[in-house]
Amino acid sequence: MATAAATATAAALATGRFDAARARADFPILAREVNGRPLVYLDSAASAQRPRAVIAAVDHYETHLHANVHRGVHTLSQAATEAFEGARERVRRFLNARSTKEIIFTRGTTEAINLVAQSYARPHLAPGDEILVTWLEHHANIVPWQMVCAATGATLRVAPIDERGELRFDEFQALLSPRTKLVATAHVSNALGTVLPVKQIVAAAHARGIPVLLDGAQAVAHGGADVQALDCDFYAFSGHKLYGPTGIGMLYGREALLREMPPWQGGGDMILSVTFEGSTWNDLPWKFEAGTPNMSGAVGLAAAIDYLEGLGPQAVHAHEQRLLAKATAAALEIPGLRIIGTASDKAAVLSFTIEGIHPHDLGTILDHEGVAIRTGHHCAMPVMDFFKVAATARASFACYNVDGDVDRLIAALHAAREVFA
Amino acid sequence: MDLKELYRDVILDHNRQPRNFGALAPADTSADGHNPLCGDRLTVYVNLDGERIREVRFDGQGCAISVASASLMTEAVTGKGRGEIARLFDAVHATLTGEEADAGAAMPLGKLAALSGVREFPARVKCASLCWHTLNAALAHERTAVTTE
Repeated sequence: MATAAATATAAALATGRFDAARARADFPILAREVNGRPLVYLDSAASAQRPRAVIAAVDHYETHLHANVHRGVHTLSQAATEAFEGARERVRRFLNARSTKEIIFTRGTTEAINLVAQSYARPHLAPGDEILVTWLEHHANIVPWQMVCAATGATLRVAPIDERGELRFDEFQALLSPRTKLVATAHVSNALGTVLPVKQIVAAAHARGIPVLLDGAQAVAHGGADVQALDCDFYAFSGHKLYGPTGIGMLYGREALLREMPPWQGGGDMILSVTFEGSTWNDLPWKFEAGTPNMSGAVGLAAAIDYLEGLGPQAVHAHEQRLLAKATAAALEIPGLRIIGTASDKAAVLSFTIEGIHPHDLGTILDHEGVAIRTGHHCAMPVMDFFKVAATARASFACYNVDGDVDRLIAALHAAREVFA
Repeated sequence: MDLKELYRDVILDHNRQPRNFGALAPADTSADGHNPLCGDRLTVYVNLDGERIREVRFDGQGCAISVASASLMTEAVTGKGRGEIARLFDAVHATLTGEEADAGAAMPLGKLAALSGVREFPARVKCASLCWHTLNAALAHERTAVTTE
Protein backbone atom coordinates (compact mmCIF):
# COMPACT_ATOMS: atom_id res chain seq x y z
CA MET A 1 0.00 0.00 0.00
CA ALA A 2 2.77 2.42 0.90
CA THR A 3 4.84 1.50 -2.16
CA ALA A 4 3.50 4.24 -4.39
CA ALA A 5 3.98 6.86 -1.72
CA ALA A 6 7.47 5.56 -1.16
CA THR A 7 8.53 6.09 -4.77
CA ALA A 8 8.32 9.87 -4.88
CA THR A 9 9.44 10.09 -1.26
CA ALA A 10 12.51 7.99 -1.90
CA ALA A 11 13.28 10.10 -4.93
CA ALA A 12 12.99 13.25 -2.85
CA LEU A 13 15.37 11.86 -0.26
CA ALA A 14 17.81 10.61 -2.88
CA THR A 15 18.05 13.83 -4.87
CA GLY A 16 17.44 16.25 -2.03
CA ARG A 17 14.75 17.97 -4.04
CA PHE A 18 11.12 17.36 -4.85
CA ASP A 19 10.57 15.25 -7.96
CA ALA A 20 7.20 16.21 -9.39
CA ALA A 21 7.53 13.83 -12.34
CA ARG A 22 7.81 10.94 -9.87
CA ALA A 23 4.83 12.22 -7.92
CA ARG A 24 2.90 12.53 -11.18
CA ALA A 25 3.53 8.86 -11.89
CA ASP A 26 1.80 8.00 -8.60
CA PHE A 27 -1.53 9.31 -9.99
CA PRO A 28 -2.96 6.84 -12.50
CA ILE A 29 -5.62 9.22 -13.88
CA LEU A 30 -2.90 11.56 -15.11
CA ALA A 31 -1.87 8.92 -17.62
CA ARG A 32 -5.10 9.30 -19.56
CA GLU A 33 -5.71 11.41 -22.60
CA VAL A 34 -8.36 14.06 -23.05
CA ASN A 35 -9.42 14.98 -26.58
CA GLY A 36 -6.43 13.12 -27.95
CA ARG A 37 -3.90 15.00 -25.84
CA PRO A 38 -2.19 13.91 -22.61
CA LEU A 39 -4.19 15.34 -19.72
CA VAL A 40 -2.92 18.48 -18.02
CA TYR A 41 -4.91 18.72 -14.80
CA LEU A 42 -4.99 22.25 -13.40
CA ASP A 43 -8.22 22.04 -11.40
CA SER A 44 -6.93 20.65 -8.12
CA ALA A 45 -8.43 23.54 -6.14
CA ALA A 46 -11.84 22.15 -7.13
CA SER A 47 -10.83 18.54 -6.50
CA ALA A 48 -7.39 16.98 -6.44
CA GLN A 49 -6.67 13.59 -8.01
CA ARG A 50 -5.89 10.45 -5.99
CA PRO A 51 -2.56 8.68 -5.83
CA ARG A 52 -2.40 4.90 -6.09
CA ALA A 53 -1.71 4.73 -2.34
CA VAL A 54 -5.17 6.18 -1.61
CA ILE A 55 -6.93 4.01 -4.17
CA ALA A 56 -5.14 0.96 -2.72
CA ALA A 57 -6.00 1.85 0.88
CA VAL A 58 -9.70 2.19 0.05
CA ASP A 59 -9.56 -1.04 -1.95
CA HIS A 60 -7.81 -2.83 0.93
CA TYR A 61 -10.45 -1.64 3.39
CA GLU A 62 -13.32 -2.72 1.13
CA THR A 63 -11.65 -6.04 0.29
CA HIS A 64 -10.51 -7.11 3.74
CA LEU A 65 -11.82 -5.01 6.61
CA HIS A 66 -15.34 -3.74 6.08
CA ALA A 67 -18.21 -4.18 8.54
CA ASN A 68 -20.08 -1.61 10.61
CA VAL A 69 -18.04 0.26 13.20
CA HIS A 70 -18.54 0.53 16.98
CA ARG A 71 -21.23 -2.13 16.91
CA GLY A 72 -20.08 -5.70 16.87
CA VAL A 73 -17.80 -8.11 18.64
CA HIS A 74 -17.03 -9.98 15.47
CA THR A 75 -13.61 -9.75 13.85
CA LEU A 76 -14.54 -7.54 10.92
CA SER A 77 -16.44 -5.04 13.02
CA GLN A 78 -13.37 -4.70 15.19
CA ALA A 79 -11.08 -4.43 12.17
CA ALA A 80 -13.28 -1.73 10.61
CA THR A 81 -13.44 0.16 13.90
CA GLU A 82 -9.68 -0.01 14.23
CA ALA A 83 -9.21 1.27 10.68
CA PHE A 84 -11.72 4.09 11.17
CA GLU A 85 -10.41 5.20 14.56
CA GLY A 86 -6.86 4.80 13.27
CA ALA A 87 -7.75 7.26 10.53
CA ARG A 88 -9.01 9.68 13.17
CA GLU A 89 -5.69 9.45 14.99
CA ARG A 90 -3.91 10.07 11.68
CA VAL A 91 -5.94 13.26 11.13
CA ARG A 92 -5.26 14.34 14.72
CA ARG A 93 -1.50 14.03 14.16
CA PHE A 94 -1.75 15.86 10.81
CA LEU A 95 -3.45 18.83 12.49
CA ASN A 96 -1.52 18.53 15.76
CA ALA A 97 -4.78 18.47 17.72
CA ARG A 98 -4.50 17.59 21.41
CA SER A 99 -6.94 14.68 21.31
CA THR A 100 -8.96 12.56 18.90
CA LYS A 101 -11.99 13.82 20.84
CA GLU A 102 -11.47 17.00 18.85
CA ILE A 103 -11.63 15.33 15.42
CA ILE A 104 -15.14 14.87 14.03
CA PHE A 105 -15.57 13.19 10.67
CA THR A 106 -18.00 14.92 8.32
CA ARG A 107 -18.92 14.69 4.64
CA GLY A 108 -16.62 17.60 3.98
CA THR A 109 -15.88 21.23 4.80
CA THR A 110 -19.43 22.29 4.03
CA GLU A 111 -20.95 19.87 6.52
CA ALA A 112 -18.34 20.80 9.14
CA ILE A 113 -19.24 24.49 8.87
CA ASN A 114 -22.95 23.72 8.98
CA LEU A 115 -22.35 21.68 12.13
CA VAL A 116 -20.74 24.67 13.84
CA ALA A 117 -23.47 26.99 12.55
CA GLN A 118 -26.27 24.85 13.91
CA SER A 119 -24.70 23.40 17.03
CA TYR A 120 -22.39 26.17 18.22
CA ALA A 121 -23.63 29.45 16.73
CA ARG A 122 -27.37 28.98 16.78
CA PRO A 123 -27.74 28.45 20.56
CA HIS A 124 -25.37 31.37 21.20
CA LEU A 125 -27.01 33.96 18.94
CA ALA A 126 -29.65 36.53 19.81
CA PRO A 127 -31.05 39.44 17.77
CA GLY A 128 -28.34 42.11 17.44
CA ASP A 129 -25.47 39.62 17.65
CA GLU A 130 -23.05 39.37 14.75
CA ILE A 131 -21.01 36.80 12.87
CA LEU A 132 -18.01 38.19 11.03
CA VAL A 133 -16.74 36.70 7.77
CA THR A 134 -14.51 38.16 5.02
CA TRP A 135 -15.25 39.12 1.43
CA LEU A 136 -13.11 36.16 0.27
CA GLU A 137 -15.36 33.38 1.51
CA HIS A 138 -16.58 30.40 -0.46
CA HIS A 139 -20.38 30.13 -0.41
CA ALA A 140 -19.97 27.29 2.11
CA ASN A 141 -18.67 29.84 4.61
CA ILE A 142 -21.43 32.36 3.86
CA VAL A 143 -24.73 30.55 3.41
CA PRO A 144 -24.69 28.50 6.68
CA TRP A 145 -24.24 31.78 8.58
CA GLN A 146 -27.01 33.47 6.63
CA MET A 147 -29.29 30.58 7.54
CA VAL A 148 -28.41 30.77 11.23
CA CYS A 149 -28.77 34.56 11.20
CA ALA A 150 -32.22 34.25 9.63
CA ALA A 151 -33.21 31.80 12.37
CA THR A 152 -31.89 33.89 15.27
CA GLY A 153 -32.12 37.55 14.21
CA ALA A 154 -28.34 37.89 14.23
CA THR A 155 -26.47 39.81 11.51
CA LEU A 156 -23.75 38.67 9.13
CA ARG A 157 -20.94 41.24 8.83
CA VAL A 158 -18.30 41.18 6.10
CA ALA A 159 -14.73 42.40 6.40
CA PRO A 160 -13.65 44.05 3.12
CA ILE A 161 -10.71 43.27 0.83
CA ASP A 162 -8.50 45.45 -1.32
CA GLU A 163 -7.90 45.39 -5.09
CA ARG A 164 -5.13 42.81 -4.65
CA GLY A 165 -7.55 40.44 -2.98
CA GLU A 166 -6.07 40.86 0.49
CA LEU A 167 -8.08 41.32 3.64
CA ARG A 168 -8.17 44.90 4.93
CA PHE A 169 -7.00 43.86 8.35
CA ASP A 170 -7.55 47.22 10.04
CA GLU A 171 -11.18 47.20 8.85
CA PHE A 172 -11.54 43.61 9.98
CA GLN A 173 -10.35 44.63 13.43
CA ALA A 174 -12.71 47.61 13.47
CA LEU A 175 -15.63 45.26 12.83
CA LEU A 176 -14.88 43.19 15.96
CA SER A 177 -17.21 44.32 18.70
CA PRO A 178 -19.01 43.04 21.80
CA ARG A 179 -21.78 41.97 19.40
CA THR A 180 -19.42 39.64 17.50
CA LYS A 181 -20.08 36.08 18.61
CA LEU A 182 -17.97 34.23 16.05
CA VAL A 183 -15.39 34.95 13.36
CA ALA A 184 -15.49 32.55 10.40
CA THR A 185 -12.86 32.97 7.71
CA ALA A 186 -11.08 31.14 4.95
CA HIS A 187 -7.50 30.11 5.65
CA VAL A 188 -6.86 30.34 1.89
CA SER A 189 -9.25 31.88 -0.65
CA ASN A 190 -10.46 29.33 -3.19
CA ALA A 191 -11.20 31.86 -5.93
CA LEU A 192 -7.98 33.89 -5.72
CA GLY A 193 -5.51 31.87 -3.67
CA THR A 194 -5.00 34.64 -1.09
CA VAL A 195 -3.51 33.30 2.15
CA LEU A 196 -5.25 35.12 4.97
CA PRO A 197 -3.35 36.36 8.04
CA VAL A 198 -5.11 33.78 10.18
CA LYS A 199 -2.78 33.99 13.17
CA GLN A 200 -3.40 37.74 13.48
CA ILE A 201 -7.11 37.18 12.90
CA VAL A 202 -7.24 34.64 15.72
CA ALA A 203 -5.19 36.84 18.04
CA ALA A 204 -7.37 39.90 17.39
CA ALA A 205 -10.59 37.91 17.92
CA HIS A 206 -9.30 36.11 21.02
CA ALA A 207 -8.26 39.43 22.53
CA ARG A 208 -11.97 40.14 22.64
CA GLY A 209 -12.95 36.63 23.69
CA ILE A 210 -14.41 35.75 20.26
CA PRO A 211 -13.93 32.21 18.92
CA VAL A 212 -12.67 31.67 15.37
CA LEU A 213 -13.55 29.08 12.74
CA LEU A 214 -11.07 28.59 9.90
CA ASP A 215 -12.20 27.11 6.58
CA GLY A 216 -9.09 25.16 5.66
CA ALA A 217 -10.40 23.49 2.50
CA GLN A 218 -7.82 25.23 0.29
CA ALA A 219 -5.03 25.33 2.84
CA VAL A 220 -4.33 21.81 4.02
CA ALA A 221 -2.85 20.51 0.75
CA HIS A 222 -0.48 23.47 0.52
CA GLY A 223 1.62 23.40 3.67
CA GLY A 224 -0.81 21.83 6.13
CA ALA A 225 -2.21 23.33 9.31
CA ASP A 226 -1.29 23.13 12.99
CA VAL A 227 -4.37 23.93 15.04
CA GLN A 228 -2.38 24.51 18.22
CA ALA A 229 -0.02 26.95 16.52
CA LEU A 230 -2.96 28.66 14.81
CA ASP A 231 -4.83 28.64 18.14
CA CYS A 232 -8.15 28.51 16.25
CA ASP A 233 -11.31 27.13 17.86
CA PHE A 234 -12.68 25.30 14.83
CA TYR A 235 -10.94 24.10 11.67
CA ALA A 236 -12.64 22.43 8.73
CA PHE A 237 -11.33 20.65 5.63
CA SER A 238 -12.31 18.16 2.93
CA GLY A 239 -10.52 14.96 1.98
CA HIS A 240 -10.79 15.42 -1.76
CA LYS A 241 -8.78 18.65 -1.87
CA LEU A 242 -5.99 16.72 -0.14
CA TYR A 243 -5.63 13.82 -2.63
CA GLY A 244 -8.22 11.83 -0.64
CA PRO A 245 -11.73 10.59 -1.46
CA THR A 246 -14.87 12.70 -1.78
CA GLY A 247 -17.59 12.49 0.86
CA ILE A 248 -15.14 12.64 3.76
CA GLY A 249 -13.90 15.66 5.64
CA MET A 250 -13.53 16.73 9.19
CA LEU A 251 -14.18 19.34 11.80
CA TYR A 252 -11.59 20.10 14.43
CA GLY A 253 -13.14 21.73 17.49
CA ARG A 254 -11.61 22.78 20.77
CA GLU A 255 -12.70 20.12 23.25
CA ALA A 256 -14.13 22.57 25.79
CA LEU A 257 -16.41 24.05 23.10
CA LEU A 258 -17.44 20.69 21.64
CA ARG A 259 -18.33 19.37 25.07
CA GLU A 260 -20.83 22.18 25.61
CA MET A 261 -22.37 21.93 22.15
CA PRO A 262 -25.56 19.92 21.62
CA PRO A 263 -25.52 17.20 18.94
CA TRP A 264 -26.67 18.46 15.58
CA GLN A 265 -28.02 15.25 14.09
CA GLY A 266 -29.65 12.44 16.01
CA GLY A 267 -29.38 8.75 15.28
CA GLY A 268 -27.37 5.67 15.95
CA ASP A 269 -23.78 5.88 17.21
CA MET A 270 -24.24 9.34 18.77
CA ILE A 271 -26.14 8.04 21.84
CA LEU A 272 -25.29 6.11 24.99
CA SER A 273 -28.84 5.10 25.79
CA VAL A 274 -32.25 5.63 24.24
CA THR A 275 -35.69 5.30 25.78
CA PHE A 276 -38.90 6.87 24.60
CA GLU A 277 -38.62 9.28 27.49
CA GLY A 278 -35.22 10.54 26.39
CA SER A 279 -31.69 9.74 25.32
CA THR A 280 -28.19 10.45 26.56
CA TRP A 281 -25.41 11.51 24.26
CA ASN A 282 -22.30 9.59 23.44
CA ASP A 283 -18.84 10.94 24.32
CA LEU A 284 -16.76 13.08 22.00
CA PRO A 285 -16.24 12.85 19.12
CA TRP A 286 -19.03 10.35 18.41
CA LYS A 287 -21.70 12.70 19.81
CA PHE A 288 -21.45 14.50 16.47
CA GLU A 289 -21.33 11.43 14.23
CA ALA A 290 -24.89 10.13 13.92
CA GLY A 291 -25.39 7.12 11.69
CA THR A 292 -22.90 4.85 9.98
CA PRO A 293 -19.93 7.00 8.97
CA ASN A 294 -17.89 6.97 5.78
CA MET A 295 -15.30 4.43 6.91
CA SER A 296 -13.62 3.76 3.58
CA GLY A 297 -13.46 7.53 3.03
CA ALA A 298 -11.74 8.03 6.38
CA VAL A 299 -9.25 5.28 5.57
CA GLY A 300 -8.59 6.91 2.19
CA LEU A 301 -8.14 10.30 3.85
CA ALA A 302 -5.58 8.86 6.26
CA ALA A 303 -3.71 7.33 3.31
CA ALA A 304 -3.79 10.69 1.53
CA ILE A 305 -2.25 12.37 4.57
CA ASP A 306 0.43 9.64 4.67
CA TYR A 307 1.09 10.29 1.01
CA LEU A 308 1.37 14.06 1.34
CA GLU A 309 3.55 13.85 4.42
CA GLY A 310 5.69 11.29 2.61
CA LEU A 311 6.29 13.84 -0.15
CA GLY A 312 6.93 16.56 2.41
CA PRO A 313 4.28 19.28 2.58
CA GLN A 314 6.89 22.04 2.58
CA ALA A 315 8.65 20.61 -0.46
CA VAL A 316 5.29 20.33 -2.26
CA HIS A 317 4.46 23.89 -1.27
CA ALA A 318 7.79 25.19 -2.60
CA HIS A 319 7.31 23.27 -5.84
CA GLU A 320 3.80 24.67 -6.34
CA GLN A 321 5.01 28.19 -5.64
CA ARG A 322 7.69 27.82 -8.30
CA LEU A 323 5.06 26.70 -10.83
CA LEU A 324 2.81 29.61 -9.82
CA ALA A 325 5.64 32.09 -10.35
CA LYS A 326 6.43 30.58 -13.75
CA ALA A 327 2.78 30.56 -14.83
CA THR A 328 2.22 34.10 -13.57
CA ALA A 329 5.23 35.47 -15.45
CA ALA A 330 4.18 33.73 -18.69
CA ALA A 331 0.53 34.73 -18.30
CA LEU A 332 1.42 38.40 -17.96
CA GLU A 333 3.00 38.24 -21.43
CA ILE A 334 -0.38 37.42 -22.96
CA PRO A 335 -2.06 40.58 -24.28
CA GLY A 336 -5.35 41.38 -22.54
CA LEU A 337 -4.77 38.94 -19.68
CA ARG A 338 -5.69 40.30 -16.26
CA ILE A 339 -4.79 38.38 -13.11
CA ILE A 340 -7.56 38.53 -10.53
CA GLY A 341 -6.01 38.27 -7.08
CA THR A 342 -2.43 39.47 -6.68
CA ALA A 343 -1.93 39.04 -2.94
CA SER A 344 1.68 38.90 -1.77
CA ASP A 345 1.03 35.55 -0.08
CA LYS A 346 -0.88 33.22 -2.41
CA ALA A 347 -1.51 29.50 -2.71
CA ALA A 348 -0.78 28.12 -6.18
CA VAL A 349 -3.91 29.53 -7.81
CA LEU A 350 -3.90 31.66 -10.95
CA SER A 351 -7.29 33.30 -11.47
CA PHE A 352 -7.55 35.44 -14.59
CA THR A 353 -9.61 36.88 -17.42
CA ILE A 354 -8.64 37.57 -21.03
CA GLU A 355 -10.17 40.58 -22.70
CA GLY A 356 -12.69 39.61 -25.37
CA ILE A 357 -12.84 35.92 -24.42
CA HIS A 358 -15.36 34.77 -21.86
CA PRO A 359 -13.88 32.33 -19.29
CA HIS A 360 -16.41 29.72 -20.36
CA ASP A 361 -15.06 29.85 -23.92
CA LEU A 362 -11.52 29.63 -22.56
CA GLY A 363 -12.54 26.54 -20.61
CA THR A 364 -13.89 24.82 -23.72
CA ILE A 365 -10.88 25.72 -25.87
CA LEU A 366 -8.41 24.61 -23.19
CA ASP A 367 -10.29 21.36 -22.69
CA HIS A 368 -10.00 20.80 -26.41
CA GLU A 369 -6.23 21.03 -25.91
CA GLY A 370 -6.41 18.53 -23.02
CA VAL A 371 -5.95 21.22 -20.36
CA ALA A 372 -8.48 21.12 -17.48
CA ILE A 373 -9.07 24.41 -15.66
CA ARG A 374 -12.02 25.74 -13.69
CA THR A 375 -14.15 28.50 -15.15
CA GLY A 376 -17.01 30.30 -13.47
CA HIS A 377 -17.65 32.08 -10.19
CA HIS A 378 -15.87 29.42 -8.09
CA CYS A 379 -18.73 29.41 -5.54
CA ALA A 380 -17.51 32.85 -4.49
CA MET A 381 -19.91 35.25 -6.19
CA PRO A 382 -19.13 38.15 -3.81
CA VAL A 383 -15.46 37.94 -4.87
CA MET A 384 -16.53 38.11 -8.53
CA ASP A 385 -18.77 41.11 -7.77
CA PHE A 386 -15.90 42.85 -6.00
CA PHE A 387 -13.71 42.58 -9.10
CA LYS A 388 -16.70 43.36 -11.36
CA VAL A 389 -16.37 40.15 -13.36
CA ALA A 390 -19.05 37.48 -13.86
CA ALA A 391 -16.48 34.72 -13.89
CA THR A 392 -12.79 33.99 -14.12
CA ALA A 393 -10.65 31.19 -15.46
CA ARG A 394 -8.66 29.51 -12.71
CA ALA A 395 -5.62 27.28 -13.01
CA SER A 396 -4.53 25.64 -9.77
CA PHE A 397 -1.36 23.67 -9.20
CA ALA A 398 -0.72 20.57 -7.11
CA CYS A 399 2.16 18.22 -6.25
CA TYR A 400 1.81 16.35 -9.55
CA ASN A 401 2.03 19.33 -11.88
CA VAL A 402 5.23 19.77 -13.82
CA ASP A 403 6.81 22.61 -15.82
CA GLY A 404 5.43 21.12 -19.03
CA ASP A 405 1.90 21.62 -17.66
CA VAL A 406 2.51 25.35 -17.39
CA ASP A 407 3.86 25.39 -20.97
CA ARG A 408 0.75 23.56 -22.22
CA LEU A 409 -1.51 26.00 -20.34
CA ILE A 410 0.19 29.03 -21.86
CA ALA A 411 0.19 27.49 -25.35
CA ALA A 412 -3.53 26.73 -25.02
CA LEU A 413 -4.24 30.32 -23.97
CA HIS A 414 -2.45 31.53 -27.11
CA ALA A 415 -4.55 29.08 -29.13
CA ALA A 416 -7.70 30.57 -27.57
CA ARG A 417 -6.61 34.04 -28.59
CA GLU A 418 -6.15 32.81 -32.15
CA VAL A 419 -9.68 31.38 -32.24
CA PHE A 420 -11.03 34.75 -31.15
CA ALA A 421 -8.55 36.86 -33.13
CA MET B 1 -14.53 17.16 -32.74
CA ASP B 2 -13.20 20.36 -34.23
CA LEU B 3 -13.22 23.69 -32.38
CA LYS B 4 -14.03 25.42 -35.67
CA GLU B 5 -17.33 23.51 -35.69
CA LEU B 6 -18.26 25.30 -32.45
CA TYR B 7 -16.66 28.67 -33.07
CA ARG B 8 -17.78 29.17 -36.65
CA ASP B 9 -17.21 32.52 -38.30
CA VAL B 10 -20.90 33.41 -37.93
CA ILE B 11 -20.72 32.75 -34.19
CA LEU B 12 -17.53 34.75 -33.75
CA ASP B 13 -18.96 37.60 -35.80
CA HIS B 14 -22.19 37.77 -33.77
CA ASN B 15 -20.19 37.56 -30.54
CA ARG B 16 -17.92 40.40 -31.59
CA GLN B 17 -20.75 42.55 -32.96
CA PRO B 18 -24.02 41.38 -31.44
CA ARG B 19 -27.08 42.56 -33.37
CA ASN B 20 -29.99 44.20 -31.58
CA PHE B 21 -27.86 44.65 -28.49
CA GLY B 22 -28.92 47.08 -25.78
CA ALA B 23 -32.02 47.77 -23.74
CA LEU B 24 -35.37 48.57 -25.30
CA ALA B 25 -37.22 51.22 -23.31
CA PRO B 26 -40.09 51.17 -23.04
CA ALA B 27 -40.66 47.52 -23.87
CA ASP B 28 -44.00 45.73 -23.95
CA THR B 29 -42.44 42.83 -22.11
CA SER B 30 -39.03 41.63 -20.98
CA ALA B 31 -37.46 38.85 -18.95
CA ASP B 32 -34.13 38.08 -17.30
CA GLY B 33 -32.26 34.85 -17.88
CA HIS B 34 -29.42 33.44 -15.81
CA ASN B 35 -27.09 30.51 -16.25
CA PRO B 36 -25.69 29.95 -12.74
CA LEU B 37 -23.02 27.54 -13.96
CA CYS B 38 -21.07 30.16 -15.88
CA GLY B 39 -22.62 33.37 -14.59
CA ASP B 40 -24.23 34.31 -17.91
CA ARG B 41 -27.00 36.87 -17.48
CA LEU B 42 -29.12 38.40 -20.17
CA THR B 43 -32.31 40.37 -20.54
CA VAL B 44 -34.56 40.02 -23.57
CA TYR B 45 -36.84 42.97 -24.42
CA VAL B 46 -39.80 42.64 -26.77
CA ASN B 47 -42.22 45.03 -28.43
CA LEU B 48 -45.24 43.34 -29.86
CA ASP B 49 -47.50 44.10 -32.75
CA GLY B 50 -50.53 42.06 -31.79
CA GLU B 51 -49.28 38.48 -31.76
CA ARG B 52 -46.13 39.28 -33.67
CA ILE B 53 -42.74 40.45 -32.48
CA ARG B 54 -42.18 43.90 -33.94
CA GLU B 55 -38.90 44.55 -32.20
CA VAL B 56 -36.62 42.49 -29.98
CA ARG B 57 -33.34 43.42 -28.27
CA PHE B 58 -31.13 41.94 -25.61
CA ASP B 59 -28.37 42.95 -23.25
CA GLY B 60 -26.27 41.34 -20.57
CA GLN B 61 -23.06 39.38 -20.54
CA GLY B 62 -22.11 35.90 -21.42
CA CYS B 63 -19.83 33.60 -23.34
CA ALA B 64 -19.49 33.72 -27.12
CA ILE B 65 -22.05 30.97 -27.59
CA SER B 66 -24.73 32.65 -25.49
CA VAL B 67 -24.15 36.12 -26.97
CA ALA B 68 -24.07 34.86 -30.56
CA SER B 69 -27.11 32.68 -30.01
CA ALA B 70 -29.06 35.63 -28.59
CA SER B 71 -27.95 37.88 -31.44
CA LEU B 72 -28.95 35.29 -34.06
CA MET B 73 -32.24 34.74 -32.27
CA THR B 74 -33.20 38.42 -32.35
CA GLU B 75 -32.69 38.46 -36.12
CA ALA B 76 -34.60 35.24 -36.61
CA VAL B 77 -37.70 36.03 -34.56
CA THR B 78 -38.31 39.64 -35.61
CA GLY B 79 -41.65 39.80 -37.42
CA LYS B 80 -42.66 36.29 -36.40
CA GLY B 81 -45.74 35.20 -34.44
CA ARG B 82 -45.80 33.09 -31.31
CA GLY B 83 -46.56 29.83 -33.11
CA GLU B 84 -43.69 30.26 -35.55
CA ILE B 85 -41.34 31.16 -32.71
CA ALA B 86 -42.29 28.03 -30.77
CA ARG B 87 -41.60 25.90 -33.86
CA LEU B 88 -38.31 27.69 -34.47
CA PHE B 89 -37.24 27.04 -30.86
CA ASP B 90 -38.10 23.37 -31.33
CA ALA B 91 -35.91 23.29 -34.40
CA VAL B 92 -33.05 25.10 -32.63
CA HIS B 93 -33.33 22.79 -29.64
CA ALA B 94 -33.22 19.79 -31.94
CA THR B 95 -30.10 21.03 -33.67
CA LEU B 96 -28.40 21.82 -30.34
CA THR B 97 -29.05 18.42 -28.87
CA GLY B 98 -28.79 16.38 -32.03
CA GLU B 99 -32.32 15.06 -31.60
CA GLU B 100 -34.67 14.83 -34.52
CA ALA B 101 -37.11 17.73 -34.73
CA ASP B 102 -40.81 16.92 -34.92
CA ALA B 103 -41.12 16.38 -38.69
CA GLY B 104 -44.47 18.14 -38.96
CA ALA B 105 -43.23 21.22 -37.18
CA ALA B 106 -39.86 21.50 -38.91
CA MET B 107 -38.76 25.06 -39.54
CA PRO B 108 -35.88 26.10 -41.76
CA LEU B 109 -33.09 27.31 -39.48
CA GLY B 110 -31.35 29.75 -41.78
CA LYS B 111 -28.37 31.36 -40.04
CA LEU B 112 -29.34 29.63 -36.78
CA ALA B 113 -27.87 26.47 -38.30
CA ALA B 114 -24.47 27.90 -37.32
CA LEU B 115 -25.27 26.68 -33.79
CA SER B 116 -25.29 23.01 -34.80
CA GLY B 117 -21.66 22.56 -33.69
CA VAL B 118 -22.78 23.03 -30.08
CA ARG B 119 -24.14 19.48 -30.04
CA GLU B 120 -20.58 18.15 -29.85
CA PHE B 121 -20.05 20.16 -26.65
CA PRO B 122 -22.87 19.10 -24.29
CA ALA B 123 -21.66 21.42 -21.50
CA ARG B 124 -22.42 24.36 -23.80
CA VAL B 125 -26.00 23.55 -24.85
CA LYS B 126 -27.37 25.62 -21.96
CA CYS B 127 -25.36 28.62 -23.13
CA ALA B 128 -27.04 28.51 -26.54
CA SER B 129 -30.57 27.88 -25.25
CA LEU B 130 -30.61 30.49 -22.45
CA CYS B 131 -31.81 33.31 -24.73
CA TRP B 132 -34.67 31.20 -26.09
CA HIS B 133 -35.91 30.28 -22.62
CA THR B 134 -35.68 33.95 -21.71
CA LEU B 135 -37.62 35.01 -24.79
CA ASN B 136 -40.31 32.47 -23.93
CA ALA B 137 -40.50 33.88 -20.42
CA ALA B 138 -40.87 37.40 -21.79
CA LEU B 139 -43.63 36.30 -24.14
CA ALA B 140 -45.39 34.53 -21.28
CA HIS B 141 -45.09 37.81 -19.30
CA GLU B 142 -43.23 36.01 -16.58
CA ARG B 143 -41.82 38.35 -13.98
CA THR B 144 -39.35 35.99 -12.37
CA ALA B 145 -35.90 35.33 -13.77
CA VAL B 146 -35.49 32.06 -15.62
CA THR B 147 -32.46 29.88 -15.14
CA THR B 148 -31.09 27.01 -17.12
CA GLU B 149 -30.54 24.96 -13.98
